[in-house]
Amino acid sequence: MNKRIKLKKGLDIAIEGKAAETIGSNPQSEVFTVVPDHFVGITPKVTVKVGDKVKAGTPLFHDKKCAEMNFVSPVSGEVLSVNRGERRKVLGIAIKADAQQEYEDFGKTDVNTTSKEDLISLLLRAGLWYTIKQRPYDVIANPAVMPKAVFVSAFDSAPLAPNYEFIAHGKTHYLQAAINVFAKISGKPVELGLKYGSASTDFRMLHNVNLTEYEGPHPAGNVGVQIHQISPVNKGEVVWTVNLQDLLLIGKLICDGRTNMTRLVALTGPNAYEKQYYMVKYGSNASNILRGNIHREVTSRIVCGNVLSGYQISEDEVLSPYTNQITVLDEGNDTHELLGWIMPRFNKFSMSNTYLTNIFRKICPNMHYEFDARLLGGRRAIIMSGEYDKVLPMDIYVEYLIKAMIAGNLDRMEALGAYEIAPEDVALCEFVCTSKMPLQAIVRKALDNMKSELE
Amino acid sequence: MKFLKDIVDKLKPTFSEGGKLSMFHSVFDGFETFLFVPNSTSKRVGSQIHDAIDSKRTMIMVVIALMPAMLFGMYNVGYQHFLAIGEDAGFWSKFFFGFLAVLPYILVSYIVGLGIEFTVAQIKKEEIAEGFLVTGILIPLIIPINTPLWMVAVATAFAVIFAKEVFGGTGYNIFNVALITRAFLFFAYPTAMSGDKVWVRTEGTWGWSNGHNVVDSFTGATPLGQIGTSTSATPAFTDILGNPLGFWDGFLGLIPGSVGETCTLAILIGAVILIATGVASWKITLSVFVGGALTALAFNLWGPDTAIANLPWYNHLVLGGFAFGAVFMATDPVTAARTETGKWIYGFLIGVIAVVTRVLNPGYPEGMMLAILFMNIFGCLIDYYVVQANIKRRLKRATSK
Repeated sequence: MNKRIKLKKGLDIAIEGKAAETIGSNPQSEVFTVVPDHFVGITPKVTVKVGDKVKAGTPLFHDKKCAEMNFVSPVSGEVLSVNRGERRKVLGIAIKADAQQEYEDFGKTDVNTTSKEDLISLLLRAGLWYTIKQRPYDVIANPAVMPKAVFVSAFDSAPLAPNYEFIAHGKTHYLQAAINVFAKISGKPVELGLKYGSASTDFRMLHNVNLTEYEGPHPAGNVGVQIHQISPVNKGEVVWTVNLQDLLLIGKLICDGRTNMTRLVALTGPNAYEKQYYMVKYGSNASNILRGNIHREVTSRIVCGNVLSGYQISEDEVLSPYTNQITVLDEGNDTHELLGWIMPRFNKFSMSNTYLTNIFRKICPNMHYEFDARLLGGRRAIIMSGEYDKVLPMDIYVEYLIKAMIAGNLDRMEALGAYEIAPEDVALCEFVCTSKMPLQAIVRKALDNMKSELE
Repeated sequence: MKFLKDIVDKLKPTFSEGGKLSMFHSVFDGFETFLFVPNSTSKRVGSQIHDAIDSKRTMIMVVIALMPAMLFGMYNVGYQHFLAIGEDAGFWSKFFFGFLAVLPYILVSYIVGLGIEFTVAQIKKEEIAEGFLVTGILIPLIIPINTPLWMVAVATAFAVIFAKEVFGGTGYNIFNVALITRAFLFFAYPTAMSGDKVWVRTEGTWGWSNGHNVVDSFTGATPLGQIGTSTSATPAFTDILGNPLGFWDGFLGLIPGSVGETCTLAILIGAVILIATGVASWKITLSVFVGGALTALAFNLWGPDTAIANLPWYNHLVLGGFAFGAVFMATDPVTAARTETGKWIYGFLIGVIAVVTRVLNPGYPEGMMLAILFMNIFGCLIDYYVVQANIKRRLKRATSK
């Protein structure tokens, strides 16, 4: 019997447009672009020149502070350009893909006979280190500091989130290989968070893991919430987190000896047509999936990620290497609702009982609501109390933490639990906030500030 | 709707930066967002969708919840007036008399308060916050019906400027603005705010029902006033003609008092609206009542042998501003305790202090206003200890391994 944790706080947002569990075909890019800005917290030092031939897995740049940390080409081909912006900041490295793909060979690895140091070095060399993030600060992990535990959430509870069971189905040997790597590095089983009551046996068959089942609304699937329940991050401690799809990439490196940055991305949301999963190699253009797949009658907003913690992209932008989902919904900037403060607005979703959402959700759980990207109100100072606490199942006083972050008070941030939090954990708080506070931006800025001051 | 949108769009350039009337930009923006939900969209990074709740809707819920108490208060003003002059009048006459008597206070409070809010918002180039929508309706409901209008204007201006704007506006104030208005009136013009001449409109309103003499047995003191000054130890109270009253009269509210505070029933309807919509914290409201009831009970059992100490505990809850304060004043989220544990303590202490002030302080028959203002200060302190306990838990967790 696995450990089971029931979480009451949170909110499931009923938005329309889940992806069907099929894999669609989509054109592949000819030119791939690697964007250093996608890798949070690193400064790129470019190691290729225009015209260089690269293979999939050849380093393009490395981190200035950690020269071993490579960021590699997703495809084989020729370096077309190194685009630089103001103060020679690297904006992107474009590679024209060959028809026949060649891979750098890192050799198949037997985890049992390979040392911890060699495994770390392999991940750094092969350009997959970026998949490992650390708490505190929610940035790419520092390879010099070993974690007290490695956490993986085997489900995503965000609105319209992709189904990891579908994505990983039939690939459990890759998962197992990657889990063995982290078990070896951290010296203890990987902490795996499962959705309570899920039927799939794939994840339950894994070895070298501590399984915990989580029951409850979003953000139960957020790895930060799971860490808080099992092994909260205290001052001086480090925990690593890896997304489940990224585990598959690491598994492929171990089993096949290649860096393969292909993943499944779910196209979701009310304004998308063919809502299903698509194969996407990092560096390719979002338009490969989106062309012909978006409602054109209204202005749409394209979100890389889910509607809570994702970010807006343009139609021909490169998707971040962590992308599991694209959501397309109404922009809503030409909507003019009359007297919104008093109208019943039956089709609007709200946690507040000033709307009837909570009653509708009981009577008719399948009802869908209209969503668009509007703030639906003006920015105000924080007025209501206790709102944030209702949607974050952590023993943290979010409002006080946010105020400390706005004030830039490092001691107080530390005392109130800033090490345990990532921007995505406060995404629901940002959604429900009456005063429309930009909480994720506040947290991101504060964590960056904290990292630069304390390290 | 299209028609309205066209007008707004046509006027917009005039009020925008560089337009002729750009000095009224905040006011224009305030009216535009009042008419139409703002269509500004989420930033590139951050939550891409938002809950449909906003500050306007929240504040309007409080105004709606205040309506039963306000309408009953208007009726009661007329009722007390015609009772005092010994004249029979129909339901609508009483109501319209009260309506005409209360309306000027509502207008003065809104015009002065919103005027200052609009000006400050424009100076700071910010959007107009909705806090005063609630404050502006609370003020007329917590003052005696004979307060001179100019005093209300002065007090409102004082409270909005010195209790709110100097701290940074809605969301930053330490004290409840409506209560500061009342406290200002209470200490600056005590004769206009207490005694037995101020609670019943014996003069006419706008020339209507002028020049009547009050009936011989008339006494205008509120029940709490009567009990507070009583020389016997029996907590009896009467209406303005001297007929004895009981608990249910206090509950239904046809008694003299501040405009909106008398009818506990109407206030409880408001409480149901506030708690069902989640705008006010039920924890605060409930704990104020519990704190007040227990303290009054303790005085009943072990207190001094005075009329007010002998007043049965349940009467404390329906007389004076107790219920009104518990439902509409203590629950102001900005000035109340903000942690869930803190709310219990905060509310409970308001109840305790209100009754203690009533019973032990011979100067003031009413203690609710002072109790809430006092706890406004200590709300932050309570929260401080609640948050500090969380910090200690976190430290302990880190060192226990």
